[in-house]
Amino acid sequence: MKSSTMNTAAISFALAVGFMANSAGAADLKVGFIAPLSGPISSQGIPNAKGIQAGLKYKAEVGGRKIVLIQLDDASDPSTSARNARKLIEDEKVDVIVGTGGVPGSMAIAAVARETKTPLVSFTPLTLAGDESAWAVTTAQPASLMISAVVEHMKRAGVKSVGYIGFSDSWGDLAYASLKKSAESAGIKVVADERYARSDNSVAGQVLKILAAKPDAVLGGTAGTPGALPYLALAERGYKGMIYGTHGLINPDFVRVAGASAQGLLAPTGPVMVADQLPANHPSKKIAAEFRAAYQQTHNAVPTDAFSAYAFDAWLVIANAAARVAPKLEPGTAEYRAALRDAIFATKELAVTHGVLNFSPGSPNGADSRSVVIVKLDKGQWVLQP
Amino acid sequence: MTWDVALILSIDGLASGAIYLLAGLGLVLVFSVTRVIFVPFGDIAAFTALSLAAFEAQKVPPTVGLVGTLAVLAAVAEVISLVRKRDFSRIPAAVAWWGLLPGAICLLAWLVAARDLPVGVAICVSVMLAVPIAPLIARVALQPIADASALVLLIASLVLHFLLSGLGLVFFGPEGARTQPLLAGGISIANGFSISAQVILMMGSAAVLCVLFFLAFERTVAGKALRATAVNRVGARLVGIRPTRTALLAYGCASLLAGLIGILISPVTTMYYDSGLIIGLKAFVAAIIGGLSSYPLTAVGALAVGLLESFASFWSGALKDVIVFSLLIPVLMLRSHWATHSEEETEEIDQ
Amino acid sequence: MKVSGADGPLPVVAVVVGLAVAPALFGNFAVSLLNDIGIASLVVLGLILLSGVGGIASFGQAAFVGVAAYASAWLSTTQGVSPWLGLPFALAVTCACALAIGALTLRLGGHFLPLSTIAWGLSISLVFGNVEALGRHSGLSNIPALSLGPRALSDARSVYYLIWILVGLVALFSYNLLHSRSGRAMRALRGGPTLLASVGADAYRVRLTLFVIAALFAALAGWLYAHINRFVSPAPFSLHASIEYMFMMVAGGLGQLAGAVLGSALVLLLKSGLQDVLPLLTSRGSQIETVVFAVLFILLLHHARAGVNGYLARWQRGRVTTGKPPVSRAGREEPPLPRRTLPARGTTVLQVDGAVKRFGGLLAVNEVGFEVKAGEIIGLIGPNGAGKSTMFNLLTGTLPLSAGKVNFLGHDVSDMSQCEIARLGMARTFQHVKLRPHMTVLDNVALGANARGRCGVLRGGLGLDGAEERRIFAEARRQLERIGLGDRARELAGSLALGTQRILEIARALASDPVLLVLDEPAAGLRRKEKLALGEMLRRLRGEGVTILIVEHDMDFVMRLVDRLVVMNFGTKLFEGSAQAVRADEKVQAAYLGGGA
Repeated sequence: MKSSTMNTAAISFALAVGFMANSAGAADLKVGFIAPLSGPISSQGIPNAKGIQAGLKYKAEVGGRKIVLIQLDDASDPSTSARNARKLIEDEKVDVIVGTGGVPGSMAIAAVARETKTPLVSFTPLTLAGDESAWAVTTAQPASLMISAVVEHMKRAGVKSVGYIGFSDSWGDLAYASLKKSAESAGIKVVADERYARSDNSVAGQVLKILAAKPDAVLGGTAGTPGALPYLALAERGYKGMIYGTHGLINPDFVRVAGASAQGLLAPTGPVMVADQLPANHPSKKIAAEFRAAYQQTHNAVPTDAFSAYAFDAWLVIANAAARVAPKLEPGTAEYRAALRDAIFATKELAVTHGVLNFSPGSPNGADSRSVVIVKLDKGQWVLQP
Repeated sequence: MTWDVALILSIDGLASGAIYLLAGLGLVLVFSVTRVIFVPFGDIAAFTALSLAAFEAQKVPPTVGLVGTLAVLAAVAEVISLVRKRDFSRIPAAVAWWGLLPGAICLLAWLVAARDLPVGVAICVSVMLAVPIAPLIARVALQPIADASALVLLIASLVLHFLLSGLGLVFFGPEGARTQPLLAGGISIANGFSISAQVILMMGSAAVLCVLFFLAFERTVAGKALRATAVNRVGARLVGIRPTRTALLAYGCASLLAGLIGILISPVTTMYYDSGLIIGLKAFVAAIIGGLSSYPLTAVGALAVGLLESFASFWSGALKDVIVFSLLIPVLMLRSHWATHSEEETEEIDQ
Repeated sequence: MKVSGADGPLPVVAVVVGLAVAPALFGNFAVSLLNDIGIASLVVLGLILLSGVGGIASFGQAAFVGVAAYASAWLSTTQGVSPWLGLPFALAVTCACALAIGALTLRLGGHFLPLSTIAWGLSISLVFGNVEALGRHSGLSNIPALSLGPRALSDARSVYYLIWILVGLVALFSYNLLHSRSGRAMRALRGGPTLLASVGADAYRVRLTLFVIAALFAALAGWLYAHINRFVSPAPFSLHASIEYMFMMVAGGLGQLAGAVLGSALVLLLKSGLQDVLPLLTSRGSQIETVVFAVLFILLLHHARAGVNGYLARWQRGRVTTGKPPVSRAGREEPPLPRRTLPARGTTVLQVDGAVKRFGGLLAVNEVGFEVKAGEIIGLIGPNGAGKSTMFNLLTGTLPLSAGKVNFLGHDVSDMSQCEIARLGMARTFQHVKLRPHMTVLDNVALGANARGRCGVLRGGLGLDGAEERRIFAEARRQLERIGLGDRARELAGSLALGTQRILEIARALASDPVLLVLDEPAAGLRRKEKLALGEMLRRLRGEGVTILIVEHDMDFVMRLVDRLVVMNFGTKLFEGSAQAVRADEKVQAAYLGGGA
């Protein structure tokens, strides 16, 4: 009698402990998301937000844990990005941060991530190396990768001189630096470096200077609808050479505003933009279709830009890494964050909408040549180039 | 820098200058009557342009909602102030004037939207939608603090700008829009360079509007009343001019100007929800060069800013604004030197 | 050191205690928010001094924050220097910038000045993004944190006390400064340059000093920003940021120093709060933050136009006294301020030779000459349009002479500025009273003694000017007693009747220890009794050895008072002589009563 009571008690106790362990184990994985939903870069931030919401729809739980998304706007200001990161980490106790659009903002968040030992999955290029990148990765293809693909296309097309017109901000700087580097090794001369502000109404002066240098091709280091301005101005002045752009231009509003002036524009982008034109064995084809379906379900529209896909990829990276974290670790703790970070950096051959990602410690980039395709704008449609 | 380059830059500069000129006139007009530097002026232009784009895309522009809400707020505010003064007889007129009239415009806009409209109709309706915005905003937000110091009024004006551009983001999204050109083609001047007909239309309209403006101020009684209020408010009241009414007239004219600016530039420039600030800032520069009182000098200032901007962008695109604003300082020094400064005390801060 | 808050020490003590315990009570994010509020308060303190007190609206303070932040960041990243040394470097660079910009733009008047602040504010922030050495648009990162010995102040809590101690010190400095000699001159800026010139201060220099001080406060904030965020880029120093500082100033109340902390707290907490609350209410929450913020701000302006501080101040209305308690407490008697040796009775104090003033084609003053001897009262009279006021302005240096000479105490003052003439010993009053209505009676009179003090901004701000201040206030008190307003020292000047205000102006003029007192229509707008009292007082002053020149309209008042009269008509001197002789002269009668007696 006594022993059976003891047994019952022991079993109940064990069950109770087990139950408590389980319910504790069902703690949520919190993801903090920062994007510029207002301000100059909002044309990237708003699609980013749509992409991350599609990701939430696609995969809302991993390893028995629900994923919770907390979203904040940084108004395109890096100080606000940093402040938001602190808020998410210290107040909301998120396990991982995703963000933001705009390189200075992402760099600011990376500094906070490093200080608070929280993993960051960004979707803009990050200029970090070695120790600095111990806590940050990005799903965006590094600018150097994209621009070198463009330069390669130029080389094959026989371009000998290229003029550059970009934004007078960090994106313009980054694109120009990549162009300079790749062009030098490809033997192409950069004959003009012109800049303009996103809010400018006219680039007459800059375009005139470029035309005076008579380049074979012009590369626009721009993004979004303000990026249409140089092409419009070039067309107005009767420029007949080749026109190239960056992957920031891949959105339908740009196509609408640029109109006929962007006919024949060549730009690099991730495979997701031309998913239906990809060969059947391309690793991104399947996941791109799933992304499309999730986006359609969440927003009742098809995705038409690359920015939402970057955010979706960030979600994939997190979900994939979280699945590889030891189940006994609790979200909301420092150990969990460290383990998540380790898992992220151990990501191998993860097929995402923008190619395939492989992360390893020492660099935030995970993309390779499978992440880049060249597309041409033909009558308002992006056509995959071989 | 060859002659044809200089020519192109000059035309480009004059085209921008024409816009800054009109905007500057509007700013000076409102300031001289109300002592308010009406920063949201540029935002109204942007709203008109984006509304026109919405009409062309056969969508209902959200501006309709904005005007409607403002009309309701203004009518309520007016009724409350009349009730406080126990002046019940004026209530129906107030409701009609403040509420029903803008409401009718909204209704009209809503009815014609989402259809394939001839360009002229779309333009008219867009401008009509723009006209009530400034008077309504002034009634709701600025009239309660009309006797505050100039600094507080300026801050209020800036806040209104943020309000409108924030609404612009919500209404129209972050991407820009261009509207259909009213005229196609262009005039060719030597060596394959051509000025688009739209740009010529823009500059021509600016010139015509300028002339109309001057005529209205010199010849019509209402124009003279506006100028009188600007010179001496108390004196104007003594001869039967009502400052609040002239203020409304000034705001209405400013709105109209802003609307016209919006539809003139949207075919040649991509308009964004935040394009208003840049227009307003450059117009403000032109207005200050005119001493916030002289229309001809404002015109000169505006054209000068446009030209300077154009040539500076040739010299260095990234530093264009730095050059324009740095060169502004010596101009201000000259201008301040010439201007006769009355020994007026800066107002006391009310505690 | 002078302590105590604006309206009694209790609110200040409460705030200080609250701030001291905050890190223990709140989480990390809240503490970093308080840090941001502190840094913003530093900038807004400078802005309150510059715009609130000095009346110079500045839309460029964020640019100064940026200059300092970049300077210190550059020094500690590229040159590997300790962040603490970055502070003097940043202050020096910002000071140089402010001096250069101020020298160019502070002479601008009216609306040109705020526009110029926009111009350089925009230019500087744009330049940051285009300089290679400053990281262009990506900025400088990996800025070293401040460290105290081995401990790095790299997280929010450790740097909290540093920030708020600095805020406290700067606020104390500002408070002391405003109540010092330089501070009185600054508070008089809104009265116009002529007022300052009449007490011997150069309005331009006062503005420049104020401008540099505001820039240095901003520089301090910039240095802190760089080493706490450890990352600088051009974005936080743009025009947008400057406008936000203006919002904070107005929200807090631009008249009082406390408004700096209140305003910064209000704006930053509101933004953070909206960020938390709005997404719960609507899915587009994050986009309408700006809109809601704007609407709330407009409502604030409607109901609390003088900012939060003004709102609180209205609660406390009913108290008559404001300003500091009297300085000269019993026991600390200071020797009085040194006085000028007045010239012996009868020596020529002022000599006007053939003064001419043309305004275009109009000859306002035509070859007028007269003398004023020490210890007498001279009246300058004439019918309307005679040119008396113009003559007055010529004497005091407000208008330049077209021809002729004016000699004062042996110096040729024909080309001197108002300021210099005032310092030589000519004190004036104004036809339209120029008092500072929100300063106390005592402060207004103490302003008159401006030129007799030596302590500058530094000693004023650090509170080391106690002795001199006591002497100045003792002098001011003496003048108030002299004119019979001694018991009203702590009232606000704006609450006095017009007649009393005119007399107060005379006290202010007397506080500058003048050799010659020049009064511009002192009896205008006075009632009969007030005029009698004024006349009495002027006679008493003459008895004490003060020389007085009165420009007046009222024949009655003047006749009984003066020793000699100079009569002007149509810009020329009609007659000069004793009161009786003037009354009997036919030309004067004709001028006043019409021809053909």
